[in-house]
Amino acid sequence: MRIVTFEIVLLNTLSMAKAKGAIVVDVERCKGCEVCIVNCPTDVLAMAEEVNGKGYHYAYMINPEECTGCANCAVVCPDGVITVYRIKKN
Amino acid sequence: MEIKDIEPKEMEPKEMELNEIIRPENLVYKRTPLMTDATLSYCPGCGHGTIHRLIMEVVEEMGIQEETIGIAPVGCSVLAYDFMDVDCSQAAHGRAPALATGIKRLWPDKFVFTYQGDGDLAAIGTGETIHACNRGENITIFFVNNGIYGMTGGQMAPTTLEGMKSSTTPYGRNIQAMGPPYKITEMVAQLAGTYYVTRQAVHKPGPVRKAKKAIRKALEVQKEKKGLSFIEFVSNCNSGWKMTPNDSNIWMEEHMFPFYPLGDIKVDGELVQA
Amino acid sequence: MKELALMKGNEAIAEAAIRAGVDGYFGYPITPQSEVMEYLTLQKPEERTGMVVLQAESEVASINMLYGAAGTGKKVMTSSSSPGISLMQEGISYIAGAELPCLIVNVVRGGPGLGTIQPSQADYFQSTKGGGHGDYHLIVLAPASVQEMADFVDLAFELAFKYRNPALILSDGLIGQMMEKVELPPQKPRVTEFDQSWVITGKKGRERNIITSLNLDPDKQYEHNLKLKAKYDSMSQDVMFEKIDCDDAEFLLVAYGSSARICQKVVEMARDRGKKVGLLRPQTLFPFPTEEIARMARKVKGMMAVELSSGQMVEDVKLAVNGKVPVHHYGMVGGKIHSPDDVLKAMEEKYMGGY
Repeated sequence: MRIVTFEIVLLNTLSMAKAKGAIVVDVERCKGCEVCIVNCPTDVLAMAEEVNGKGYHYAYMINPEECTGCANCAVVCPDGVITVYRIKKN
Repeated sequence: MEIKDIEPKEMEPKEMELNEIIRPENLVYKRTPLMTDATLSYCPGCGHGTIHRLIMEVVEEMGIQEETIGIAPVGCSVLAYDFMDVDCSQAAHGRAPALATGIKRLWPDKFVFTYQGDGDLAAIGTGETIHACNRGENITIFFVNNGIYGMTGGQMAPTTLEGMKSSTTPYGRNIQAMGPPYKITEMVAQLAGTYYVTRQAVHKPGPVRKAKKAIRKALEVQKEKKGLSFIEFVSNCNSGWKMTPNDSNIWMEEHMFPFYPLGDIKVDGELVQA
Repeated sequence: MKELALMKGNEAIAEAAIRAGVDGYFGYPITPQSEVMEYLTLQKPEERTGMVVLQAESEVASINMLYGAAGTGKKVMTSSSSPGISLMQEGISYIAGAELPCLIVNVVRGGPGLGTIQPSQADYFQSTKGGGHGDYHLIVLAPASVQEMADFVDLAFELAFKYRNPALILSDGLIGQMMEKVELPPQKPRVTEFDQSWVITGKKGRERNIITSLNLDPDKQYEHNLKLKAKYDSMSQDVMFEKIDCDDAEFLLVAYGSSARICQKVVEMARDRGKKVGLLRPQTLFPFPTEEIARMARKVKGMMAVELSSGQMVEDVKLAVNGKVPVHHYGMVGGKIHSPDDVLKAMEEKYMGGY
């Protein structure tokens, strides 16, 4: 099924089974701004206790099973450090 | 952003191994290669990074990287050309619209944009801004308004709100002494030369997606040679405002948006009726 | 077949610009040079060669339009007079720092401040010693006739592109307004190839180019400044000057532009009275004919710098002479023009007794 907006994607995934998604954070580029955390609709993200080479705490998936691959985190990330994946069935 | 086919999962969701999800064929979103590998010099949480990325995404999607020329301002984004993989020129403070005019008049088929902050565009550059807009130069102006002078250490800007503290208004902006903030975006919308004028934000996913559409629309206006397209991005400056990034976005919603409301101000050459 | 015309200096600049294949002119009106843009717009150069002529909202806007367009490798120019040139100094510094070619024409008027509209040569310091901030130099050409106003436009662009540096034609209100016969240069085609190693025309088949004068890393700025200095030093190979009656001269007048025209008469009059006077007329003020003046200092008994200012070029003459012989000064100020009699009298006063 072809979806045209991500708002609809979210509705569809909620009404049906969850799509499975995952993100990869470029840890060394993350500046720990936490904007991704508050914009994740399913509370997947948190700040790591560790710091990266620059001394920033970085974002990571604390609840990876809740990730729907909606990419909200990635689109608000000012440094573009998040890459998003989602399982697709053909 | 790419549109992907999605099939609902038939069975109960179960824990999947991350490495089953994180595969090239499952890629949904990554930073556009038109952003260079250089680490952004902006503060954590600053909207500049997001705005740069959206512009580059649109340039990539329109396939115009080889025809695009950007003009960087003086301000926090003085090094914008280190991050965007298109031909760029540095401009003196406020002068970017004049540079863009010189370039576009001689290369009318190139895509020329300026990228400017509030001091650059609305203080020292007011003359160049107004006249480029009035002449209707076929360029695109990206105006990042965070109500403060970030790079030089947080001084008052022409768009600083009444009562807002800054390093030169430590007791809050005093209207009697300094005048009120002014909305240059609404002003330029009054000029016949502007074709598309809009105000956007990039602090949440919904506004980000709208902002990207606006950028696309602006560059299409330039492609169709309809006139000047002008996008103001109301953005945060958590460093200058002395807040955390998330707090600054909340503060921005509560204080900046009422004075600088988001939305289209002029479309297809006509002012949008409220 | 020569193409001759009777034109004002300002008009000659404009006509020569079209014929030199200039791509764009961005300017603002100011007396005594507004005829440059008026002539250009009247000629409809967009029909003759496709040249763009745009009246900007200020001199600040003009110079920055030049800065933008120059970064794409196009031949662009502006013209103004003293107060307008002051407004352009920021942009000129940026253009010099970014190493871009372009032409600025200054038709000098009396100053400082709003001053007067009559001619002056009091922008010599502004033109040759900076004007804008930072360690840079402009290539400065000083025409003394309407013919040179025409010839120096193409020459200025040749030099500007050779060195990737802004060039300035330092004229004055007298030459700008006077009418003389001029042989017009032939029409050059507009350039179609641009040096992809530095122009910003869109990154096609190459890495992106960045036009900037910003170097936050002091090591990089240091290297850049050394490179610029070496460039300015190398410009001495393109020095130009004219010598009149210098072979047996015992006393040398040094003057440029309209002052030199007056001094030509002074030399004639002095020679009629049996005085062996010569004139050295710099045609480039940067590079300054330092070597030639130093050489002449070994031959003459004294020099006098004659200029329409209270003493600017005289300093460069003194530097070149380096104390070998006395260097005097005759300066007319206020927008007034000295007469040959005035200069002759001053010269003779300096040389009573010993000369």
